[in-house]
Amino acid sequence: MLGSGLIQGLAVTAKNLVGSFHDPARYTNVEYPEVKTKLPEAYRNFPFLVTESASDPMGTLRCVACQICEKECPPQCIYIEKSKDKKPDATGKMQLFPAVFDIDTSVCMSCQICVEVCPFDAIKMDQVFEVATTSRFEALLLNRNQLAKPNTYYHSIHPTEAAEVDGRLAAERKAAEEKAKAAAAAKAAAAAAPKSATAAASATPPSTTPTPKPPAAPSAEAPKPPTPAA
Amino acid sequence: MSISDLSPLGAQGGSHVRAVHDEFHGDLLEVSMGPHHPSTHGVFRMIVTLDGETIVKLKPVFGYLHRNHEKLGENTSYLGSMPYTDRLDYLCSMTNNWAYAIAVEKLAGQPVPERAEYVRVILAEITRLLNHTCLAGFLMQDLGCSGTPLMYAFREREKILDLFESLSGSRMMCNYQRFGGCRVDPSADWLEGAKQLTDGYGQFLDEFEALLTGNEIIMARTQGTGVLSPELAVAAGVTGPMLRATGVNYDLRKTDAYGVYPRFDFRVPLGAHGDVYDRYMVRVLEMRESIKILQQALAGIPAGPIMDPKAKLRGFRPKAGEAYGRIEGPKGEIGFYLVSDGSPNPYRYRVRAPSFINLTILEDMCLGQTVADAVIILGSVDIVLGEVDR
Repeated sequence: MLGSGLIQGLAVTAKNLVGSFHDPARYTNVEYPEVKTKLPEAYRNFPFLVTESASDPMGTLRCVACQICEKECPPQCIYIEKSKDKKPDATGKMQLFPAVFDIDTSVCMSCQICVEVCPFDAIKMDQVFEVATTSRFEALLLNRNQLAKPNTYYHSIHPTEAAEVDGRLAAERKAAEEKAKAAAAAKAAAAAAPKSATAAASATPPSTTPTPKPPAAPSAEAPKPPTPAA
Repeated sequence: MSISDLSPLGAQGGSHVRAVHDEFHGDLLEVSMGPHHPSTHGVFRMIVTLDGETIVKLKPVFGYLHRNHEKLGENTSYLGSMPYTDRLDYLCSMTNNWAYAIAVEKLAGQPVPERAEYVRVILAEITRLLNHTCLAGFLMQDLGCSGTPLMYAFREREKILDLFESLSGSRMMCNYQRFGGCRVDPSADWLEGAKQLTDGYGQFLDEFEALLTGNEIIMARTQGTGVLSPELAVAAGVTGPMLRATGVNYDLRKTDAYGVYPRFDFRVPLGAHGDVYDRYMVRVLEMRESIKILQQALAGIPAGPIMDPKAKLRGFRPKAGEAYGRIEGPKGEIGFYLVSDGSPNPYRYRVRAPSFINLTILEDMCLGQTVADAVIILGSVDIVLGEVDR
């Protein structure tokens, strides 16, 4: 019958119209500013810099100004200047830190490549999305003070990922401490060894005596940066 | 009067309506549709010459959204181009990612773990559902069913985008595939969500088809409109549902058998007339086949690593050579051609964009049709201007 397809279609529309009053699956709207849906944990928007402490953000930045993210950023929205002096990082090693760290969020495309290439877990993706401003330039160019957010914040937005990162960092810190301990022990042993060696063979020329320089010390001081997460 | 007689009209353009006097045929009108026109799916312009309401000449004008994509690809690292491929066809970022990853993997001889291949198939088929659902909605909008089918389509699209967001972190700009695997391993919860979507999609398609497929007005408007002959389609390099609607059996999932597609049992729907209605129907049937593939892939996904352990993220320098990677995207054959000279950037980076090539035969389909038909013919080509203009 001509028109039966039309009527069938209208029946579908009517079913949806009536259903929208009873069936939540047919009424899918969320009244946005008042009601907000929960963001998935994986959701990403502009990056931020992780700091260890909320009270001293600039002193505890994880970033060591290695500039890998600056090089890898596809739209090149990151600008870093290295510091002249050094400060101790989480493992106690003296490291450089970014004197300037700017991200131009008007250029950033939230692709997450900076996060993936960072070997220090220093830059992570944020979840803010209500970032409208009235100014076109200054308000969108974020400096390191605006970018720094504490690790606790990172835990609150990406709990699973943050726990994994913390576990990895703790393991590295422990390994570094153990290595330092082993190095100290080796140093002590090496310091004791030349004494007995000189006592046993005092005629040996000094050029051939094993130098008491502990070979393990440099590697203990410089824990190998973790390989970026594949 | 032939088309060549119209040459004094030129195409120098401007947004104007110009009358040309002709003693025998009355006035021909040259109308500039677009670049800002609700029916052109973006910034696309058609200079249409009309005899009454009949199209006697149509000149498409592209390039308003040109972003230097290919040159950017030569100036960024291999990894750095991946997020840019999202922005080609912004409805199907997962398939764009996959095609680019295949090209680079071919170039570098990088193997991909089995689980990643399954995840890629799952995501590509979900993308196909997403694209075809949206297209059907947009096509109905072009036909003048303002709202209802498009909103139903977008309700389903929202579910798919939620899945993409919970996996990759972004709804549309997924940036998910990597050379040698995928960025994140989908959790069991996510796979369960994908399974629920797959199981519910057939029901949605039934509803959608009850709404549209048998509708007499749609049939009257679309059947016999914008007919494309198989010979012309093949000669012009048209691929995807556009080509299959003309009856040519060519689907890269079958002919190239890339990834793990040979393991799945599915059929390739073909049209018989090559008109707008066939293009719509081929896409609906393809969605049903996609559901079949999804069910098989979700049931058979193996455990294991998602990334090849030897895959490099940073400092990726494939040896000198060239490679062309292609897949059957929702719009047709999406391919990336790369030439490496051993440096961290490709020497040449070229995109074979299906919607651009499918659009080149627009005039042949529109001649002799009315202006209102030109709108739905363009809608049935399925273009995304991000990919056309690059």
